[in-house]
Amino acid sequence: MQRAGSKSADQYRLLDVAGVTKYFGEDRERQVCLENCSFGIAPGKLSIVMGPSGCGKTTLINLIAGYEFPDSGSIMLEGTSVSGPGSDRLVVFQESALFPWMTVYGNVVFGCKVKGLSQKETRERAKQILSKVGLYEFRERYPSQLSGGMQRRAELARALINDPKLMILDEPFRGLDAMTKELMQEFYLKLFEETTLTTLFVTHELEEAIFMADSLVLLTHKPGRVKEILDIDLPRPRHFSMMAGKQYFDLYGYAMGLLAEESRRAFDAGSLPALDAISDPI
Amino acid sequence: MSLNALPLKIPDVTVRVLSYIRGALSVKTLEGVASVVAFVALWQAAVFVQVPYISNLPYPADVWNSFAEAVRTENYWISWAASLKRIFVSFLVAQALFMGMSRSFKQILFPVFEIVRPIPPIAWIPLAILFWPTEELSIYALTFIGPFFVIVLNVMQGVASIDVSLKRAALSLGARRIDIFWKIMLPGALPSILTGMTVGIGVAWNVLIAAEMIAGHTGLGRMTWEAYTNGNIPLIIVGMASIGLAGYLCSGVVRFIGQRCMPWKNRF
Repeated sequence: MQRAGSKSADQYRLLDVAGVTKYFGEDRERQVCLENCSFGIAPGKLSIVMGPSGCGKTTLINLIAGYEFPDSGSIMLEGTSVSGPGSDRLVVFQESALFPWMTVYGNVVFGCKVKGLSQKETRERAKQILSKVGLYEFRERYPSQLSGGMQRRAELARALINDPKLMILDEPFRGLDAMTKELMQEFYLKLFEETTLTTLFVTHELEEAIFMADSLVLLTHKPGRVKEILDIDLPRPRHFSMMAGKQYFDLYGYAMGLLAEESRRAFDAGSLPALDAISDPI
Repeated sequence: MSLNALPLKIPDVTVRVLSYIRGALSVKTLEGVASVVAFVALWQAAVFVQVPYISNLPYPADVWNSFAEAVRTENYWISWAASLKRIFVSFLVAQALFMGMSRSFKQILFPVFEIVRPIPPIAWIPLAILFWPTEELSIYALTFIGPFFVIVLNVMQGVASIDVSLKRAALSLGARRIDIFWKIMLPGALPSILTGMTVGIGVAWNVLIAAEMIAGHTGLGRMTWEAYTNGNIPLIIVGMASIGLAGYLCSGVVRFIGQRCMPWKNRF
């Protein structure tokens, strides 16, 4: 196991989060949500942000996606400061954010349509991407007619069709049953390993994190700071059998130690969500 | 043997008609019919045994005869047409007007709106009669005011209830403001808009009938009122039933349009 502080990541970064601080609330009730957060994401890597519930993971996502802006520090994508939402960084949300009034096809081509792509090209790309996620036969269905796993795949397709530089997944498999979740993890890993699409993945489940990530950014409990960045050097392609190996266990044990420290702090601070942060990964 | 298993090919229409008849004979329909029959029988009995106060009612048969007579007169259908025309004109104006002004609405007009809203629509009648040059315009104005508030509130609630992550997703995917309005806000608020319309059309009938009774010369409300002034009780009941039927039909139309506009709502 290599310990990679922020120093070792001298290589080119696709996304650079530098000294980001974000407050919530006004004046006296102001709370620090993220404090001096810095980390980078190398292109073609799958990075995972982890931390106890309420550590500002979702805020971080909102900042990177451009829905909110940092109070200090900067977020750069390929050297350009993030100034608002854009299809170069696409988010798959925690809860399904498919448009309920559009069919799967309508959802997937939304980005192409609003950008004024030609009908022919749109149709071809949609067909290709829908086949890839295995939803071509279901293209005329509405989201409410799909299973949870299918909804997530539709959402992935809606993002992938725009060729984003960075995929952001905010606890995308939360709320799926265990079996579907495993299948989706496998599905996304396969997709990632085929395309090496740079991915920022947020989760609060350590197993999922170590199984999928190239690098693991651990955040502290309130305010969110970067506690440590771990390189996960398990070989790719990943397979579930690796979760029984020594390397996995060492990483897991080490990360668990760090995480438990934070979860305990959260628990002592009286944060209710911290309860499931402690119990969930075990 | 089920219909589909028959060896000969039955034309589509026949199958549909047969399945419709089968549907019409379902337990639910029979219960409905039984309930109506029981109601009429109770009415007949109540008048027959001279239950106090109710004994002034005509027998169901008298009402039926009065109805059969009424439908043969031109006046009855003119009343229908007049009322329906008023409802639809006022109702469409209410929709269109609000749609047009919804953007600046909240900041500028909402405080005034909140002060005026609690006034029952019927309380506007005297002012409307004085204010508008013709009777017809007064009735339109009143029928417009009734559903207007209900619809506005529902539209606002519908817009507010749209999940912020849908807007964010659309923005990320490159949607412009106009795309957000037509592709996210409008369909997102549509269920509430239609709820508003369903309730609104009921309110519109309420106000219309009151307005017609006080200020009108035509319409179902007027017809019922005239029956009262002439002491023609069966015709009063015919008028009431006609108003009920008209309201029911209008709600049906709104519901039908709603289902047509929201195909994602009724497919599971």
